[in-house]
Amino acid sequence: MAEPLDLSLFVKRADDGGARMDLAIEGITCAACLDDIERGLARVPGVTHARLNLTTHRLAVSWDEARIQPADIVAALKSIGYGAYPFEQRRVEAEEEARTTWLLKCLGVAAFAAMNIMLLSVSVWSGNVSGITQETRDFFHWCSALIALPAAAYAGQPFFTSAMSALRARRLNMDVPISLGVLLALGMSVFETLNHAEHAYFDSAVMLLLFLLAGRYLDQAMRRKTRAAAGNIAALKGDVATRLGADEAGAEALTVVPVAALQAGDRVLVRPGERVPADAVVVSGLSQIDESLITGETDRRAVEAGASIYAGSINFDGALTLRVTAAASGSLIDEVGRLLETAGEARTRYMRLADRAARLYAPVVHATALLTCIGWILVGASVHDALITAIAVLIITCPCALALAVPAVQVVASGALFRAGLFLNSPEAIERLAEVDVAVFDKTGTLTLPEPRVANAAEIDAGLLAMAGRLALSSHHPLAMAVAREAVRVAPFADAVEKAGQGVEAEIDGVVARLGSAAFCAIDDAAPEAGGASALWFRHGERTARLLVRQMLRSDARAVIDALRARGLGIVILSGDRPGAVEPVAAALGVADWRGGLKPQEKIAAIEALKAQGRRVLMVGDGLNDAPALAAAHCSLSPITAVDMAQGQADAVFLGEKLAPVAQAVEIAGRARNLMRQNLILAIVYNFIAVPMAIAGLVTPLIAAAAMSGSSVLVTLNALRLRAHAVRTPSDEPTPQGADAKLALAGRTTN
Amino acid sequence: MNILVFMVPLALLLGLTALFGFMWSLKSGQYDDVEGTAHRILSDDDVTK
Repeated sequence: MAEPLDLSLFVKRADDGGARMDLAIEGITCAACLDDIERGLARVPGVTHARLNLTTHRLAVSWDEARIQPADIVAALKSIGYGAYPFEQRRVEAEEEARTTWLLKCLGVAAFAAMNIMLLSVSVWSGNVSGITQETRDFFHWCSALIALPAAAYAGQPFFTSAMSALRARRLNMDVPISLGVLLALGMSVFETLNHAEHAYFDSAVMLLLFLLAGRYLDQAMRRKTRAAAGNIAALKGDVATRLGADEAGAEALTVVPVAALQAGDRVLVRPGERVPADAVVVSGLSQIDESLITGETDRRAVEAGASIYAGSINFDGALTLRVTAAASGSLIDEVGRLLETAGEARTRYMRLADRAARLYAPVVHATALLTCIGWILVGASVHDALITAIAVLIITCPCALALAVPAVQVVASGALFRAGLFLNSPEAIERLAEVDVAVFDKTGTLTLPEPRVANAAEIDAGLLAMAGRLALSSHHPLAMAVAREAVRVAPFADAVEKAGQGVEAEIDGVVARLGSAAFCAIDDAAPEAGGASALWFRHGERTARLLVRQMLRSDARAVIDALRARGLGIVILSGDRPGAVEPVAAALGVADWRGGLKPQEKIAAIEALKAQGRRVLMVGDGLNDAPALAAAHCSLSPITAVDMAQGQADAVFLGEKLAPVAQAVEIAGRARNLMRQNLILAIVYNFIAVPMAIAGLVTPLIAAAAMSGSSVLVTLNALRLRAHAVRTPSDEPTPQGADAKLALAGRTTN
Repeated sequence: MNILVFMVPLALLLGLTALFGFMWSLKSGQYDDVEGTAHRILSDDDVTK
């Protein structure tokens, strides 16, 4: 595109005339790229500073505004082989980052405290056997108190705040017994120290915090990594729009701007083959638009001045001038919005496995402690001794292993999902995903690829097809763009000429080659229309080929459907496309239960009907019309190409051209849930052994410390089994990095 | 055993120094890009700047 690129939205200005911008970089494969990029940019005059973050694949660059424009920097990066896309950190990501840092600080404090207190405690334990003087022991206990009290006040905050908010909402979560245990252990220890007693539990309290913080930090770090990767992918799509506006001289001028920079009232030009960048009204022009991403309907709709168009539609054959509207309006989006308001309610009521365990666990434990106290008083112990024993019961049952049981598995599972190309939006989705017993698929863009392809590629001579693909790179026509997807990593022909409404022409090996309509290629097209596909012709000298372009199934759709069925899931297809178009897809996949021509509320109704039968529904969909159904389902997945509204409702987003991540997600979630259950059982068995000892008054701080760390290590090791299994079954799936490169490639060809 | 009165606080002081070191490294962004830093140490082009 020849129009200037305007990135001013993303530029942050400093007072001294310098400017800076964050870019998501695509194409980083190894550490050498770091030097490449930083040195390459250092050579560009005007660039003052460039620093690449190799972990997040982001580049912070500052430059002197008087000497260079941001678009030149992007161009400079492109010339050394890296795609750069301006990037603005989203609010959720900044919050995740702040929380990660906070947890790391708490973890640091807890680790310091635990190490130093343990140093003192081990001395006391060995001294208790070998004859320590009372003064020395008291001194050590006071030192421990001095470290433990401030450390617990700082490092315990994540638990105390969470417990308080749960109690305020009159609920119980795992943090309530944790906070209670920590506070009681500290309080009792201070009291015992005052009384020159032999045992103090400072080490137990701080070690508990340390173990739990380690679990939470790892969980949080994984979540942050996922968010950062998802943020990059959003930026790497590099969605731009061509804005019409007046330049300095007051003449009409075209500027290319990132979609995020568009404002209501802006006029944008959408050429054939381009994606509509924002919800808009047609000002002038006449065209057909492909709304398959919005409604699932694969037939094109004719639009003229005054018609409203949704973001994500593809302009088919005429240039359109649009005016961007403030908020999307129109019957479909209003209806979707209304349905969304009610659809998500069921899901917010979902209760996590750990919280359900806590709700059963906490009352039992607290009752046991109370009974212990009463029991000891009844058999004649002093109130002091009875209280101490009761508190020891609370300390030993303080759910260290129980609270680690779920997060430990969660960390490993989200890592496995990440490697499979799946980004979780909500952490508890793993648990919900494991419960599904019926999978509902949308057709267009979910079972099929989001963009049309050449359907008969296998029947055409490979050399001829490669030539046609390379020639098609010079065209903006949507059908030609489908053909261009057959060309891999080649540059377009330099002398190719596009003839509007007919096709493209170029001279290849001294022979004229043409790609376009039958008439343009001088062919008498007698072949019948084939099953809703559009035909294009290619002629190179005497050799000709007929290319059929249509929506194609994802290459592994059948295998994934079969795999899900083998796991005992029911398969249903609910499509917004007309039944005639859904039937062949359902037949090819062997799905008997399918419906076509559904409106959003009918999709919800179908899902509610399944729910009413007691089924738990996994919804996989990508269109605007799927958004309410995604919210209503027990768990939902979206491909990364889905419209923003659908992605926002989905529990996880998957990358790449294959459907395999869906099957992998269900499998990983299933295994993860089994491990979570095992871990909870392990934790409870541990309590069955430890609690009678505590009730009998036999628990010393040494036993408490050994039992606590033993059980925590046990559940963590058990969680790691998920990873071991994942390593044993290597998949041929693209890594997230590979997939996002592919995705960016696809994104660029459509823009 | 009077030596303990000095030694234990001294040990704590050392531990505290390490804790402050950790907090400082966290605040100065040394954990922002652990992968990049590992490779950056191998390049020597920072000498000229």
